[in-house]
Amino acid sequence: MGKFAQTFLNWEVMAQYAPKILEGFWVTVQLALAVVIAGIATGLVLALARSFRVKALNLLIVAFVDVLRAVPPLVLIIILYFALPTVGVRMSGFVSTWLALSAILASFAEEIFWAGMLAVPHGQWEAARSTGLSFLQAMRFVVLPQAVRITIPPLTNRTIAITKGTALGAVVAVGEILYQAQSAYSFSYNPSPLTLGAVAYLILFIPVVWFGRWVETRFAWKR
Amino acid sequence: MILDVAGLHKSFGDLEVLKGIDLKVAERELVFVIGPSGSGKSTLLRCCNRLEEPTSGSIRVEGVDIMAPGVDINAVRRRIGMVFQSFNLYPHLNALGNVTLALRKVLKKAKAEADDIGMRALVRVGLGDKAKAYPNELSGGQQQRVAIARALALEPSIMLFDEPTSALDPELVGGVLAVMRQMRESGMTMVVVSHEMRFARGAADRVVFMDQGRVLEEGPPEKIFNEPEHARIKEFIASLNG
Ligand SMILES: Nc1ncnc2c1ncn2[C@@H]1O[C@H](COP(=O)(O)OP(=O)(O)O)[C@@H](O)[C@H]1O
Ligand SMILES: [Mg+2]
Repeated sequence: MGKFAQTFLNWEVMAQYAPKILEGFWVTVQLALAVVIAGIATGLVLALARSFRVKALNLLIVAFVDVLRAVPPLVLIIILYFALPTVGVRMSGFVSTWLALSAILASFAEEIFWAGMLAVPHGQWEAARSTGLSFLQAMRFVVLPQAVRITIPPLTNRTIAITKGTALGAVVAVGEILYQAQSAYSFSYNPSPLTLGAVAYLILFIPVVWFGRWVETRFAWKR
Repeated sequence: MILDVAGLHKSFGDLEVLKGIDLKVAERELVFVIGPSGSGKSTLLRCCNRLEEPTSGSIRVEGVDIMAPGVDINAVRRRIGMVFQSFNLYPHLNALGNVTLALRKVLKKAKAEADDIGMRALVRVGLGDKAKAYPNELSGGQQQRVAIARALALEPSIMLFDEPTSALDPELVGGVLAVMRQMRESGMTMVVVSHEMRFARGAADRVVFMDQGRVLEEGPPEKIFNEPEHARIKEFIASLNG
């Protein structure tokens, strides 16, 4: 037991590297927020674009979305970071991780929003249009508010799953929690910083998971 | 003429659902449309505000050709009230919100004015006390009356009803019909697809019988119900009563 504590809960080592982990914590927060905002907004825009039912555009959207839902996030990050520079496109680890995760979240969000819109009965459109609302007004004031309610629980779960992928940024030297913990580990030859990193993730994501739980009950649809 | 439909055809792919319909509805007239299921009654109503796009023919509302290129269809639609079999109230808005949405977004009325007009419409259908209730807190009959108020609030020149009482429990039908009767008495022009024969006998100026995408016969209710020229209609009416 003493050896275990000495290895994983070494207070000295933890105290030494805590500032680094905290630094990583804020990077993770920034990256996660940027992914959530860009991913969900783009997903919504794609779903709205799809609702105009322009064949060529919709094929494009569906292709984009299907590919991105099939690619493992790490593969996408590595392509953006390591492969694109060979054709002259260079971006930081932070940007490539942000782009990759945002695009993937956007793809899942698009599908979720689209399913939500389709779940709104056609009669809602007809009622709205029959009173003179335009397509966009009917979308904005009648269909979207209902679609979003249907959408929120699955979207919350998917968002949590994908934002946890910010840890993958460690591979391309983004100074987020895992990266800081790992480099502290390799400097100190003691895994305690990893423990600290895990705790940092819990502090960040447990409230988010609880929020997701609350949202699911709050938006349970009563008819 | 408030509504003037001439030579209306509508096909869904290869299926020709309306095969040349002529229908004129004068101001303050109540025209009742009956006919077997699948004869095209709903499609006819839905063509009148272009929820369905007619294949050919002409439709005039208050003299305006609503099929003309460049016609402002949203402006036309707010002059035509529509009431659906399944109510189609907005579940995320309360009764007053349902009634005022188009007042605010289409007619651009300020909230206070829209609420005022909306309340009067709800009072007209006997639901002044339910303004704050959400659709899932209302009975089917109350929901349909809110739907009627939603259409009425826009002061349409004609109201189209597509089987407004078919989805209702029998004990709730009377309340909706009472509202429709009162609208009729106040001079609203109405086209009603329904199988409520007693209501038709009392309130309709004219009954139109549709069969397989055509108007088979039309005339005053006594004539269509008691001595139609077509045996087909007699059978149909007997089947409703039996
Ligand atoms: N959107 C549609 N697509 C294909 N067929 C349709 C559509 N709407 C109605 N129909 C067909 O048109 C015919 C007439 O339907 P409808 O107007 O609803 O008749 P009614 O209201 O008299 O029962 C039916 O055969 C129906 O299946
Ligand atoms: Mg019908």
